[in-house]
Amino acid sequence: MSFTGILSIALGAILVENFILVKFLGICPFLGVSKKMDTALGMGFAVIFVMGLASIFCWVVNEWLLVPFNLEYMQTVVYILVIAALVQFVEMFLQKAVPSLYQALGIYLPLITTNCAVLGVALLNTQYGYNFLESVVYGITGGIGFTIAIVLFASVRERLEFADCPKAFEGFPIALVTAGLIALAFMGFSGLKVW
Amino acid sequence: MNNILYAVLVLGILGAVFGFVLAYASKVFAVEVDPRQEEILGVLPGANCGGCGFPGCSGYAAAIVEGKAPLNRCAAGGAECAKKISAIMGVDAGEIEKSVALVRCSGGPNVTKKYEYLGIKDCLSASRMPGGGPNECPYACIGLGSCVAACPFGAISVTDGLAHVDREKCVGCMACAAACPKNVIVKVPYSADITVACSSKEKGAVLRKYCDIGCLGCKICEKACPSGAIHVVDNLAVIDYSKCTSCGLCAQKCPRKLIRDSKLNRENDIDENAAQAE
Repeated sequence: MSFTGILSIALGAILVENFILVKFLGICPFLGVSKKMDTALGMGFAVIFVMGLASIFCWVVNEWLLVPFNLEYMQTVVYILVIAALVQFVEMFLQKAVPSLYQALGIYLPLITTNCAVLGVALLNTQYGYNFLESVVYGITGGIGFTIAIVLFASVRERLEFADCPKAFEGFPIALVTAGLIALAFMGFSGLKVW
Repeated sequence: MNNILYAVLVLGILGAVFGFVLAYASKVFAVEVDPRQEEILGVLPGANCGGCGFPGCSGYAAAIVEGKAPLNRCAAGGAECAKKISAIMGVDAGEIEKSVALVRCSGGPNVTKKYEYLGIKDCLSASRMPGGGPNECPYACIGLGSCVAACPFGAISVTDGLAHVDREKCVGCMACAAACPKNVIVKVPYSADITVACSSKEKGAVLRKYCDIGCLGCKICEKACPSGAIHVVDNLAVIDYSKCTSCGLCAQKCPRKLIRDSKLNRENDIDENAAQAE
């Protein structure tokens, strides 16, 4: 695997095909926990963590279990099972072994068990036919893209709180308009290319 | 046929393996949590106001179980909550006096303005403007309602540019005081009848130029008080509620009528009601 190939996957996952703003996956946490910068950051790191792990385990399960038995059509079901069990296990492990990280990730870790961005990254890995290394890179950089999007959005929303906008737009409506504009801005990256 | 069999087997075995791994992991990685912590968390009001000085109700419950916090720190739950916690912990909680927030300013429409402020509707932003905000008095309530936004109990409101505390709704968590850039809000006992509605530490001669109702530090109240409960510190009358007997003499003598006697108001209200009834 060449270095530029990895780089193009990373750049693609972070900017060109950003999970939230271009693929529209994981919108629920994007709107739900983006009111404050530090909660958004916590959520972002939890997503990077889980997306990376999910990519590893789903690749292993797919390659060693589903493909040999010709069960590719069960990918969605199996991935959901794998991710849910994985997050549960990681949560228990962290609580015992690294309580400080457990405290930092807090409620966000169980919240993303059923996040569609996490399931999406696992399914897309298979769909694109990525090998192990590519899958891991795609998972982690996809999480970084998620973090960038949610932190950008949170920083705008913190300012929106004080903005003098029309009564009818206060709160969620103006946040949705903002999200649309950020997504529009990210469309500008679609021409980006790495040789 | 084989296809179905494989599908069922793979999914079934996968599920079973994960189930056993998780069951085993929950034993291996079990973290012992004191059951009393959960119970205390159930008793606490769950407002997460932070009035106890700990990060939310769960933080306070953990601190109690570890013996790091007194049992009666929950302002929102009050004496009743402290009693329940002491029952769980098996110790005496001690008496808890309910306290409430007090806005020490009588400004509102009476405050002289240096300029008209049209910026962001937030006291902190306004107080960062040149000259410490739009008010001539550097100690006065700005009245843009940062305290209202901070109050988790809806106990504080702004009318005519001055914040008011509803003593019945207030639980004394002092979230409003933390949000106030002018430090105009202080904690007083719920039973306090006499209050000083000014927080200006300016010298009387200077204050007189821009405020008709602020404390001049004339010490008339200090001389009037028979129990030595009121003193002028830094040109401002301050009441020591442990000595105050609520006699109301200071309120009567105050030349600027800024020492309020809520007993008097109540009696006045009663008189008015009686007059109306007649």
